[in-house]
Amino acid sequence: MSEIRNFTMNFGPQHPAAHGVLRLILEMDGEVVERADPHVGLLHRATEKLAESKPYNHSIGYMDRLDYVSMMCNEHAYVRAIEQLLGVEAPERAQYIRTMFDEATRILNHLMWIGSNALDLGAMAVFLYAFRERENLMDAYEAVSGTRMHATYYRPGGVYRDLPDVMPKVAESPWRKGKDLARMNEWREGSLLDFLEAFADDFFDRVDDYETLLTDNRIWKQRTVGIGAVSPERALQLGFTGPMLRGSGVEWDLRKKQPYAKYREMDFDIPVGSNGDCYDRYLVRIEEMRQSASMVKQCIAWLRRNPGPVMIRNFKVAPPTREEMKDDMEALIHHFKLFTEGYCVPEGETYAAVEAPKGEFGCYLISDGANKPFRVHLRAPGYAHLSAMHEMAKGHMLADIAALIATQDIVFGEIDR
Amino acid sequence: MSSFSERNQPLVQALKHILGERISSMTERRGQITVEISPEHWLDAAWLLRDEPELAFEQLTDLCGVDYLGFGDDEWETAEATSHGFSRAADALGPGRFSWADRPESADFPNRFAAVVHLLSLTHNRRVRLRCFAPDEGLPVIPSLIEVWNSVNWYEREAFDLFGIVFEGHPDLRRLMTDYGFIGHPFRKDFPLIGNVTVRYDEDKGRVVYEPVEIEPRVTVARVVRRDSRYVDEKLEGTGQ
Repeated sequence: MSEIRNFTMNFGPQHPAAHGVLRLILEMDGEVVERADPHVGLLHRATEKLAESKPYNHSIGYMDRLDYVSMMCNEHAYVRAIEQLLGVEAPERAQYIRTMFDEATRILNHLMWIGSNALDLGAMAVFLYAFRERENLMDAYEAVSGTRMHATYYRPGGVYRDLPDVMPKVAESPWRKGKDLARMNEWREGSLLDFLEAFADDFFDRVDDYETLLTDNRIWKQRTVGIGAVSPERALQLGFTGPMLRGSGVEWDLRKKQPYAKYREMDFDIPVGSNGDCYDRYLVRIEEMRQSASMVKQCIAWLRRNPGPVMIRNFKVAPPTREEMKDDMEALIHHFKLFTEGYCVPEGETYAAVEAPKGEFGCYLISDGANKPFRVHLRAPGYAHLSAMHEMAKGHMLADIAALIATQDIVFGEIDR
Repeated sequence: MSSFSERNQPLVQALKHILGERISSMTERRGQITVEISPEHWLDAAWLLRDEPELAFEQLTDLCGVDYLGFGDDEWETAEATSHGFSRAADALGPGRFSWADRPESADFPNRFAAVVHLLSLTHNRRVRLRCFAPDEGLPVIPSLIEVWNSVNWYEREAFDLFGIVFEGHPDLRRLMTDYGFIGHPFRKDFPLIGNVTVRYDEDKGRVVYEPVEIEPRVTVARVVRRDSRYVDEKLEGTGQ
């Protein structure tokens, strides 16, 4: 009688460590993974097809919902693709605002990652601390765009509006009063820039706190060192980008190599790992958070000194102000046309990529001259990473699967699109 | 072939020199090079692009399918607008406006399906876009690049799933995004935006059932192409990088 050894096991789609709706079919030899076959698409919303039936600006909000923990970076790629086709460029102040919010978004994303990664590997506390900081950045999102997550803030030709002069304060309630309230509002006395600066100054200590909890933690190292090691050659072959590629020791960052927005003016370093395992990728992301906080401060310094327009004055692409619209017939017509029909983009195709927190987020846009895109394709970094799951997981133990999903920083919004 | 900018000359020369006859056409738009390659040369061109040190495209960042059916069509003929009235915009069968029963017929459309690849060379810090049209519209077949760049695995599966492009030589060409047992290729232009079936839990049967879709196609804004000089003026078109 033949002995049956391997058995198949379903991991997810309802599993707290599956980061959403990942169904992973694992072929196990005892505790050891022989084959990992991710089944994705459970969150497939056909964003790319939906975008084909809508004017360009209507789809900016969909971009937030792709990688829903790095919202503005996704918008940035899409908006940049439209700007390239239109041949317009955002004013300098808008470029700085975009750079600042891209970096704030990177912190937002990495906080989510460090919290859930630690939680997946059994460390509860980090999650609570990370979410405390995230809440502040969410407030910054809300102050500037009106929503905590899905901002729709970047528009072709600039950003929707200038930074607010007053940072909204936390209101008094039976649960938030007295000293607590005063502490929460301490940073919120001035403008949004004051708030973000206070946050960024404080954030370096917070990153040190996370490092105290994890970097030399014996359990953390046991769970991450040597797990999911990828060589630089394989990382390139498998289409890795972002911290996944840099963790393997390849010094590649679009912000440095193909700068967009105002990254050319920024002073920052690219952290690079050496072993390509989960621990190195952890160290890379930790350092990225510090670099991002420093870049946020550099942008704040510039933005304080240089007031100016944040949207181009081309009414074929960007709407006129409300006052102009009420006063001027021509402006009213432009406003009406823009918000009913939208703008027509000249025929052509382009690929615009940004260094999103998870890696290269690209937008391939084909226009046939209409007011709606002919085809939008979104290149999500997590998609390439997850497709390498089998190669990374083979030969590891079942418990390491959670570490691998966490280190890939999987978000299903962008993988399934 | 169109003209090329100064910045892209080294890449253009290298591509011409190494790929030679394999290039069907090469164009530059907005500083980005697009190379069209026929399916016969698709695979050898890929090997050369990766391994020749002058090109050294180590990474395939992206592959996607494109369905060119209805390229350039609009739903709003502005030239004759005044003599007809404005209702016909809603009658046209533009993207998202039809159901499966009245889907547009694609009668003999040459070069309908294409696979578009974006390559990145870290050595030279540059990108190139490749396009390969599938010769047969009924059964579009393109050779798979999986041996050259392993990252193409899921991209080809996705293009097969959503567009029905068959990648010859792919070892595991299963559907990726759509439901188990899905029929059709949803990103084709003749596939309705509202879909065909809807899923719900049936209490009597005690299981999930599939039923024909109930919602009506609804698109709020007409698709308009304006080549009017007022809308595509020089300022918009000329300054592209």
